This record gives sequence, structure tokens and C-alpha cells, in this order.
Amino acid sequence: MFVSQSRLCAGIAGAAIAAGVTLAPAVASAEGTVNIYSYRQPDLIKPLLDAFTAETGIETQVLFLDSGIDERIAAEGSNSPADLIFTVDIGRLQGAKDAGVTQPVENAAINENVPSQYRDSEGHWFGLTTRGRVVYASKDRVEQDTITYEELADPKWKGKICTRSGQHVYNIALFASMVAHHGADYAETWLTGLKNNLARKPDGNDRAQAKAVHAGECDIGLGNTYYVGLMQNNEKEPEQKEWAASMKVLFPNSGDRGTHVNVSGMALAKHAPNKENAVKLMEFLASANGQEIYAERVYEYPIGPGTEPSDTVKAFGDIKPDTLPLEDIAANRKTASELVDKVGYDAGPSS
Amino acid sequence: MTVQTLPHESSAAAARRVRHNRHYGALAPALIAAAIALMPIAVVIAIALSGDGSDWPHLIQNVIPQSTAATLLLLVLVAAGTVSMGVTSAWMVVAYDFPFRRVLAWMLVLPLAVPPYLAAYAFAEFLHFSGPVQTGFRALTGFATPRDYWFPEIRSTYGAAFVLSMVLYPYVYLTSRVVFIMQGRNIGDAARTLGAAPLRVLRTILLPVARPAIVAGVALVLMETLNDIGASKYLGVPTLTYSVYTTWLNRGSLEGASQIALLMLVLVLAILMMERWARRRQRFNVGRGSQMNAQPPRVKLTGPRAVLATLATTAPVAFGFGVPLYIFGDYASRRLYQLAEPELWDALLNSVIVASAAALITVIVALLLLHAARIDRSRPVAAVTRLAMVGYALPGTVLGLGLLFALAFIDNSIDAWMRELFGISTGLLFTGSAAAVILVCSIRFLALAEGAVRGGIEKLPPHIDEAARSLGRSPTRSAVSVLLPLLRPAVFTAAVLVFVDTVKELSATILLRPFGFNTLATSVFEDASRGVPEDGAMAALTIIATSVVPVILLSGALMRDRDARL
Repeated sequence: MFVSQSRLCAGIAGAAIAAGVTLAPAVASAEGTVNIYSYRQPDLIKPLLDAFTAETGIETQVLFLDSGIDERIAAEGSNSPADLIFTVDIGRLQGAKDAGVTQPVENAAINENVPSQYRDSEGHWFGLTTRGRVVYASKDRVEQDTITYEELADPKWKGKICTRSGQHVYNIALFASMVAHHGADYAETWLTGLKNNLARKPDGNDRAQAKAVHAGECDIGLGNTYYVGLMQNNEKEPEQKEWAASMKVLFPNSGDRGTHVNVSGMALAKHAPNKENAVKLMEFLASANGQEIYAERVYEYPIGPGTEPSDTVKAFGDIKPDTLPLEDIAANRKTASELVDKVGYDAGPSS
Repeated sequence: MTVQTLPHESSAAAARRVRHNRHYGALAPALIAAAIALMPIAVVIAIALSGDGSDWPHLIQNVIPQSTAATLLLLVLVAAGTVSMGVTSAWMVVAYDFPFRRVLAWMLVLPLAVPPYLAAYAFAEFLHFSGPVQTGFRALTGFATPRDYWFPEIRSTYGAAFVLSMVLYPYVYLTSRVVFIMQGRNIGDAARTLGAAPLRVLRTILLPVARPAIVAGVALVLMETLNDIGASKYLGVPTLTYSVYTTWLNRGSLEGASQIALLMLVLVLAILMMERWARRRQRFNVGRGSQMNAQPPRVKLTGPRAVLATLATTAPVAFGFGVPLYIFGDYASRRLYQLAEPELWDALLNSVIVASAAALITVIVALLLLHAARIDRSRPVAAVTRLAMVGYALPGTVLGLGLLFALAFIDNSIDAWMRELFGISTGLLFTGSAAAVILVCSIRFLALAEGAVRGGIEKLPPHIDEAARSLGRSPTRSAVSVLLPLLRPAVFTAAVLVFVDTVKELSATILLRPFGFNTLATSVFEDASRGVPEDGAMAALTIIATSVVPVILLSGALMRDRDARL
């Protein structure tokens, strides 16, 4: 099995030449295309984009990034191929606007379908779906059927709560809403209390919290609503159905201000080369048809008032969303992130 | 007949004269390459300097002390872990004979094929409360909840150090094994003939001699640890790299993030100085004689000691390679249909193309830089060539952002110029194509290639090409005709290391790739970030398989070691 090094070197050289062939820039065709820079995984939005292509004949391309969309569009400048930005989390939508990489859209059809609470007042971004940040509670070990976020700091939960990292955008948005409602001092005390109730160091994603509740590592976990639907219908890893079956979904603060919701959304890129088609896609996504496909696929709540969530999602119970404007949450993210560092949230329970 | 010998001083003076001639033909390409490699770092420095420092009250009070402490602890633990595993296993396979020694000698390199972020995930699953180890433990003991018993927490600095050591120790194993084999047959043999036991030879002679090689391996390990985000974030270690991300993404300050990245460069310089210091006055130019091909004298172990030796050398492979293989193999076995999906094969092809191109580029640039440093020993040239290496220790995303801004500026300038002159738009030549990905991986891993090639050059007698030069050849021609053939093994090692690291590379690739361009690593990440890492298991296994092939070739080449160098 001796492979001569010179042959290997020749192979490398050949591959490099092959690389040269593929170096030609990917030119987006000027007509009939929409280019999307997305923090949402292509797999999630594919059914939606396929439906759009079937309806209009306009093709779509998705580039998935985990960070840096704003920086990339800003750097590319007027030559940027990006038409649309897809993302979850209000912080990233507002961040794109603040970075100056979006442009306003004034479109009656979109505005009609997206309630004003869930879009930028100047039309720089639009929410498409909402998701509640809820409590996954063990059916066996948790008696109560109502809960509040404030209550999570109550020492009665000591050693019984699981969450993912405090610096994750979903938790940052929740903590920012606590800052917006109660002020930074209260939020700090509350976050310290929550930290001291943790069963372990913050860890994993939201699904891992459900797994931990199922395994008995903790009694309640914090997570987004759609993960419950994803677990309930997971045919590839059927054990996740058991995780979902072992817990109940509690909508915090249903009795007062409502449950914290975050959005997934879209924004038109500043230098969108295919602006007309991009706006068509935006209209489609906001329409009842698009909303239905999106909400069904991702188990989120459609943003439009006229569209029903999927049956799976309806079965969780009714959600009463917190009416706090999303812009207020975005404005308090930095404070929330600093508080997470300050109380040492990610270090886990101190005692 | 009289033999005329030149007085020593005059030959040294001649050499000095030769060196003082500037050879711009050889210097220019090296300096251009170094300038390109420094481009993204310069951008990061510029961004850092543009900040107003308003992040620092918070950073100093709540972030930097903790993350510096966590980073330093991680570095110390990983250094200790990789040195103990790498040196011990290298010494065992060189000095002793025990069952399965031959196969273990090359299998010990395999964990190099496992990216740290995949290893972190695999170990977290394996050792989790609901994983096989703890579930089995509870079944045996009757415990039910985590409050009933203590179990080491994998999601900690210690856990991360364990995981990183398990996949990074092969760097130390490879570097120290080469030295043990080569030296073992010279001074080591001399000591043995005088009656010293193998362990005594190791302690008093071989370890001091191997120190530069071990430190070179550890320096690579520490740089990889420093730039890691996948494993440390997944295992919840608040490293400096992690605070770069939270400062940038959650507090919206790219300036503050770049400032932390610069702070990390101080650590890098410390590591590089440590390496220099360890190499001080340590030039062993080994003459290669026929004894290099001889069977090394191995002490045959029998009975319990042989079993112990086999177990001790199996453990690193079982953990660093076996556990990830088990976890991902289990998921992948339920997703065999993915083998029929063209996306997997496209991603594989892209990974191989980018990795091959990066290997080729880095090796050429490393040779250019080292050649330049060899023929022009002025301080500025040495400084520039060394500075070009620090990209390796920066978080990939930071390096990627630096290159993104630089390349986009170049793209847009070319475009504006072409529009003005010829009325054609060239668009984004680099940032719109896979060229950016190849370039960023080349810059990121240049230090790997440079280290491996330099290791090879330093083992050559310094006068070897001067003979050719004294016969009238130009420095470049004598280097090509005399040095290059001798450096083939080192070049091969460099190419393999860069290839493997590029296949594993994620954070810079994902930022800079064009539409429709997935590598194996980015497709694994897509699934993992969707909360279904199981679906990426097949691509994860393919990453490991793709890296295993060159790693085995490398291990084989080093084992034959007729002229092995790292």
C-alpha cells in the first residue's frame, strides 16, 4: 500500500487546477432569481421557497451563515448579491437595520398581513412567525399548571431548572424583556435567583433541556414552543417523542402580561440586485398561503391574524403573547448580555 | 601531495558577504505572500483601533479576568494532557515491543482526523446523564437523579481540556516519535551500550534532546486550543475566543471583539517565544547513515507489562477516535440513505478541492518564506515571516472577517476601475467565489506548513547547499536542486497537516463561501445548528474518513522514517 509521494503531489496539483475551474464567481442570473442570506437553515425554509418558485417561476438561492451577514453585506457594498436577509431573533433584525444593510419596504399587502407590533415602524424588517419562550415541565414531578417568569427565581425550584447558555440569543431576548418590564436592578436579582435554581451548568440547545427533564436531571426547562412540535413528530429519533410526551408546555404569565415571544423575520438588503422579485417573495411569505406553509413546517405561530397554527401547535394550548414592542427588547439586549456575564449565569449554580 | 585548506575565518567572511547580497528575485515573492497573509490581521488591528473602548469597563469587570483565567487553565491542562499522552505513547512504540505495537503505532495518529467540535459533541453525548456511561452506572448502582451521585462534568474547563487533549495529542506524538526514532539510534544507542536502561535513556538523554520537537508539537496544540470555538462553546468554557463572539454578536461591538482578539495575539506571541526559547542552542543536524534503516533495538515486554503497554497505547485511540466513531456511526447507521444524496458528494468534492489547494499554496508559500529567511537573515524579513503565522491562533471567524473586508475592498476597487476604463463590471471576483475560502484556509494554516518545513530544514546540515553555491549556483537554484529533494518528507508532512485541518475548518469557511458552496464541515454545522446533529452524522463520518487517508499515509511515511522529519 505504498503510495509514492510524488504521485500524491501530482494529485494535489491536479486538484488545485480543478479548484481553479470552480473559481469563477457564482453569477446570480439577473432575472428570475432571489438571493437570500439566511441565519435560518436552508432545510427549514426549502418547502416555502419551493412553493414560491412553483407559483411564480422565480428561482431562489440560499446562503446559510451562522454570523456576520451584516458585515458581509456591508463589505460587499453595492456589488452585494444579497436580496433578502432571513433570520430569527429580533436582535438580529434590528441589528441589520442598525448596521445600515437594509432598505425600507412600503407595501400595503405586507403591512396588512404583518401586525405593526411585529414589524419595524420604518419598514426595514418584518416578522414572519412568532415563537413563545415557554416552560417545559415534567408531567410527573411538577404539579402546577400555570407559572410566571418571575417565579423561576423562587428558591422552591432550587436545583430543578435547566436552560441553555444565558448568552444564547433566545435567552438574551427573554432576559431583555425582563429588563424592559422591571428594570435592570430587578432583572439582575431575578437572574441571580434563576441561576441559583439551576440543576447544572447551562448546556446544550432547547431540545437538550427537554431531554434533561425526561431523564430526571431537572423538573423544568426553558425552551421555544416549536421544539415540542419537532420532537413530537421526530420519526428519525423516535426517543424524542418520549421526551416530548413526558412533559407539559406551560405558557408563563398567561394570567398577566403574557408570554415572551420572539420572531423569525425578513429584511430587504440595501443593494438588492433583484429588488422586484425579492419584494414578490416578501409578499408571498407574508400572505396567508406562505404563512400556512411556513408555520406548518417549523411549528411556529403564523404572524398574520387570519392564519391558524398547525394542529400540533394548537395542541400545546393557547398562547397570549406579551405585547411589549420588539424594538424595546432589542434595545435592552446589550444590558441583558452584560447581566449574564455579571451574575456569572453560564458558570451554573454557585452552591 | 598537499591538501590546501582555506582558513576558517575567510570562509565565514565569504559566507557573510554572500548573505549580504540581497536577492530580490527570491525575496519579492516571499514578501508579497507575507503581505497577503498579513492583510486580514491588519484589518482586525484597524477595526480594534477604531473602537472607543466603551466595552472595556464591562469587559474588565465581568469578562476578561474570568475568560483569561479559563483560557490559561485550558492551555495548561491541554499542554499537560497532550505532552503526557503524546510523549508516552511515542516512547512506548519506539522503545518497547508489545502485542499490536505495529498497528497501534499508526493508529495513534487517527484522532487527528476528528475535528474538536465533533469530538466535543461525541464526548458530551457519551458521558451525558442520559448517555451510555451514566445510564449504565445508574443501572448498576440503583441511583436515579444527578443529585444522588457525583460524576465528572464534561461541560467544564476540565472536560474541554480532556476532549481537546484527546484529539490534539497526535501533534506531540508525531513530533516526538520522529526524534525518538532518529536519536534513539545515535546517542540513545550509545547510552544503551554503556548499560543504561531504556527509561534512564529517556529521562537523561532523549527527553532533553527531544525538547524542541515536543515544544514544536505543543505550540501547534496550544494555537489550535486558542482558536477553538466549537468545543469550548459547546462545553461551556468561557474562553477569550468565546468572549470575542459574545462581545460582537450580543453586544454589537465588532471593535471590542477585535480588541479582545488582539489581546489573544499577546498569548500567541508568548507561545511563539516559548517555542523559540525551547529551541535555543538546539540544532541537531543529524547525519543520516545506514543505521537509520536498521531495526531499532526494542525491549520486548511480556506478561502483565505487555498487556499494560497495549492498554496504555490503545486508550488514546479508543477515546480520541473510537468514541466519536461510535457516536456518529450509530446515528449514521440509521441514515444510510444519505449516502445516495448528491449533496454529500458535492460537499466532499468541495472539501477535497479546497483542502488540496490550501495544502499546495501553504507549502509553496512556506518554502518561499523559509528560503527568504535563509538567504536574507536581516531582522525585518525574519519578523515579517514570523508575523505572517499568527493567523493560525486567531479565531477563524475573526480572521475570516478581516479577510472579508480586505477582499471586498479589493473586489470593489477592481470593479470600479474596470467600469471606469472599459465599462464592464467584474463584480465580486474573490468574495463571490470559492477563491476566498481557499485563501482564508491558506492564511489560517500557513503556520502549520511553515512549522513542518522549518523542522525539516533545521535538521539539515547548514552547509549542504552552500556547497552548491560555492560552485557558482545562485541561492535559489541551489535550494531547488539540493534542498528541495531532501525536504520532500517535510513538505509531505506539511501538506498533510494543512489538508487535514482544512477539511476540518468551519468558522472561516462558512463566513466566506459563495452561494451553493458547501463543504463537509459546513453541512455538518447546518444540521447541528438546526438542533439535529444526528442528521449531520454521515457528513461528520465523511470528514473523519477524508482526513484519515492522508493521516495514515503520513503515519506510514514517518514510520518507515528513512528520512522522516516533522
